[in-house]
Amino acid sequence: MSSTDTEDPKLYAAREPVFPRRVSGAFRTFKWWFMGLALGIYYITPWIRWDRGPNLPDQAVLVDLAHRRFFFFMVEIWPHEFYFVAGLLIMAGLGLFLFTSALGRVWCGYACPQTVWTDLFILVERWVEGDRNARVRLWKSKWDFRKWRLRLTKWAIWLLIAVATGGAWVFYFTDAPTLLVDLLTFSAHPVAYTTIAILTATTFLFGGFFREQICIYACPWPRIQAAMMDEDTITVGYRDWRGEPRGKHRKGEGAEALGDCIDCMACVNVCPMGIDIRDGQQLACITCALCIDACDDVMEKIGKPRGLIDYMALSDEVRERGGKKPLSIWTHILRPRTMLYTSLYTIVGIGLVVALFLRQEIDVTVEPVRNPTFVTLSDGSVRNTYNLRLRNLTLEDRRFHLSLTSDALLRIDLEGTDELVVDVPANQMVQQRVYVIAPPRSEAATASLTDLRLWVEDLESTDRAYRDTVFNGRDQ
Amino acid sequence: MSTAPNKQPGDPETTGHEWDGIEEFNNPLPRWWLWTFYLTIIWGIGYTIAYPAWPLIQEATPGLLGYSTRAEVAEEISRVEAANADIESRLASIELTEISADPELQQYAVNAGAAVFRSWCSQCHGSGAAGVQAAGYPNLLDDDWLWGGDIEAIHYTIAHGIRNTEDFDARFSEMPAFGDILSEEEIAQVVAYVQQISGQEADATLVSAGAEIYLDNCASCHGDNGEGIRDLGAPNLTDAIWLYGGDAEALTYQIVNARNGVMPPWTNRLSEAEIRAVATYVHGLGGGETLEE
Repeated sequence: MSSTDTEDPKLYAAREPVFPRRVSGAFRTFKWWFMGLALGIYYITPWIRWDRGPNLPDQAVLVDLAHRRFFFFMVEIWPHEFYFVAGLLIMAGLGLFLFTSALGRVWCGYACPQTVWTDLFILVERWVEGDRNARVRLWKSKWDFRKWRLRLTKWAIWLLIAVATGGAWVFYFTDAPTLLVDLLTFSAHPVAYTTIAILTATTFLFGGFFREQICIYACPWPRIQAAMMDEDTITVGYRDWRGEPRGKHRKGEGAEALGDCIDCMACVNVCPMGIDIRDGQQLACITCALCIDACDDVMEKIGKPRGLIDYMALSDEVRERGGKKPLSIWTHILRPRTMLYTSLYTIVGIGLVVALFLRQEIDVTVEPVRNPTFVTLSDGSVRNTYNLRLRNLTLEDRRFHLSLTSDALLRIDLEGTDELVVDVPANQMVQQRVYVIAPPRSEAATASLTDLRLWVEDLESTDRAYRDTVFNGRDQ
Repeated sequence: MSTAPNKQPGDPETTGHEWDGIEEFNNPLPRWWLWTFYLTIIWGIGYTIAYPAWPLIQEATPGLLGYSTRAEVAEEISRVEAANADIESRLASIELTEISADPELQQYAVNAGAAVFRSWCSQCHGSGAAGVQAAGYPNLLDDDWLWGGDIEAIHYTIAHGIRNTEDFDARFSEMPAFGDILSEEEIAQVVAYVQQISGQEADATLVSAGAEIYLDNCASCHGDNGEGIRDLGAPNLTDAIWLYGGDAEALTYQIVNARNGVMPPWTNRLSEAEIRAVATYVHGLGGGETLEE
C-alpha cells in the first residue's frame, strides 16, 4: 500500500476556476445566432401587441393570473381549458426525449438558459478583462486599482443584464408598458419588485459565479438525459483511435508513431465546463461543441483532416477502428425509438390543434345537484336541479335560450325568471339554476333514471350546443 | 477492489461500491456547498428567533417580528370586510323585495347567503337544504312553506325563529297532543281522513267518522278543507309534502304525541345583512314565492 492510500481522502475541495478561451468556428457561429434568437424572444415577446378589441388586453403573450386567463396571440385559454397547457407540457417532455435520444444533450449545449446566460456573461467577461491568458493573470494578480476597476466594471454590466432578465420576466404577467412606467416611478406592486430582485440575484450568481457548478451539482437533467441516450445517439466525442498516442509532433522524433492529437490543450482551454473531452463521455459535458471548433482549427493548421473531436455516434467506434466509414447521421437518427417519440409528439400536437379549432363558442357545463337527488313538490311532482355554467367566449353580450328534449314528459324552469332566457355578458361566465320537473306519478317521476338532453341556443346566431344528463326519479 | 480497467493515475478514490462493474468515485464535495450548508443552519437559528418556533408549556415563543398566522387571517378578514362594507350596507338598507331587481346585489346575497347557510343552518336543514324528515327539519327546496315562502316571511322566520323562548317576536303555535284527548279508534279514523284528503289510499269505513272528528278538533288550525293556515304555522295536509312523514304510522305518532319543532332567532348572532343574504339564498333554492301586493 502506498502512503497516499492511508491518508484520509479530502472531503471538500475548492472550485477549480475555469477561463474559457475565445474560439471561432461553425458551431460557435451557430451558437451566437441561437443565443441572439433565444435572448431576443425572451426580451421582446412581452412587448408584442395584439389587438383583441375593447375590454381585453392587447398584449400578444400574457399570463393574466388576476383574471385567470392565458393569452397567446389569437388563442385565449380559460382555466377550465388547462388541459391545453398540460398538453403543451407533455409535448415539451416528448420533445426533450426526442432531441436527447437523437442528438444527446443539445438542450444543455445550446438552449438551456443557464448555458445561454453563462455564454453572455463570459462574453462580457472577455470584453472587459481580455481573453483566457489575461484573465488567468488578472486572477493571480493582487487586488490593486486595475483589478478592482476591471472586476467592478464586469460586475456592473452583469448586474445590468441580470436586472433586465428579471425585469423581462414580470412583463409576461401584466401589461408591459404600464408596468414599466409603474416600475420606474416606484409605484408597481411589491410582488413585481420581489420577483425582479430574486431573478436578478439568481441570474447574477448563476451566470457569473456558479456557472458549470449548476450543471454538475444542482441540475437533475444530466442524470435524466444520460438515461435517454444510447449508442446511436449523436453526441460530442473524441476519436481516441485516431488521436492516441497523443504527443507533440517534433521534427525528426518519430511523429509517425504518434496519433493526430498534438496535446495542444485547445479543447480543454475553450471548454466552459473545464473538462477534457478526451477522457471520454462524462456527466459534466454539456455538448456545447466548442471543443470541436477548437480542434478543427488546430487540425487545419497542422494539415490533418478535421473531426478528431466531432459529433459522432458511439456505435461507430467499432466500424471506424476497423477502417470502415461511419454510418450516415440519418441512419443513426432514424430509428424506432426516435420515430416513436416523433409520432407521439405529432399526435399530441395535432390533437391540441384540432381541439383548439373544434372549441365551441358556446361553452356550457351542467352540474346536476345531487344533494338531494330530487325534491317532491306539493302537487306530488318530482323536481331535479342542475347548476349550469354558461361561458360567453365572444366579445358581444349574448342571450341564450334553454330547452330540453327527452323521451319522457319533462318540463324545464329557471330560477329567478319566468322566461327560459339567460343573458351572459361578453367574456363572462354566468351560473344559472335550472329545474327539470316530472308530473306526479309520471314515468320519469317514479323511475330511477331518465335520460335527458339540455339545449343551449344563441338567440342571435342560432348556434346550438347540448349536454346530456340524467333525471333522478323517486326510485333511488 | 480498484481493478477497474478504466482507472487511471490521478483518479480519485472509489467508495468501494460496485454495481455490474461500475464503481463510484469518492469525489470531494465543493467547499462552497459546505458553506451553504452552514448558512442554512445559521438561517434556521435566525428564523426561530424571528418567528414563532420553540414550543413551551403554554404556547410557543412569539418571535421577534411578532408574526402570527391568526393576526394575518384577522387582517385578511378585516380587509375583505372593508371591501364588502359598501355592498353590505346597501344589502342591509334596501327594501327586501328590491334585492332581486339588482343583479349585483342579488348575486352577492346568494353567494354570501350560501356561506352563512353552510355555517349556521346546515346542522339542521342539511348542507343541501333538503331538511331531515325523521327529525322534523323542514325541506327548504320545495314549494311548501309552513310560515310563508316570500322573501319577507322567510326573513322574519330567520330573524326571530320559531317557538323559542329567547325572542318575544318568535313565530309561535302549538299542536296539542291528542293522545289524551281522543281515543285510539278516533285517532285511527282521523288518520284515515287525512290520508284521504292528501290523495292516499284510505280505509273508507273510517273516513266519514274521521271527517267529523277533524272538523271538531283539527279544522281550527289546519282549516276546514285541510289546506293549513300559514299565520298559525299549521301545515297543509292535502299536499304531497310532510314535515314528519305522511303514512298512517307517522300521522298517528304525530297526532298522539304532537312534536313541535323549534328554531332559534338569529338577530343576536347574525348581522342584518347576513340574515338578508341567507333569506335571499333560501328564497332562491326553488320554492321562493313572490310577495302578493
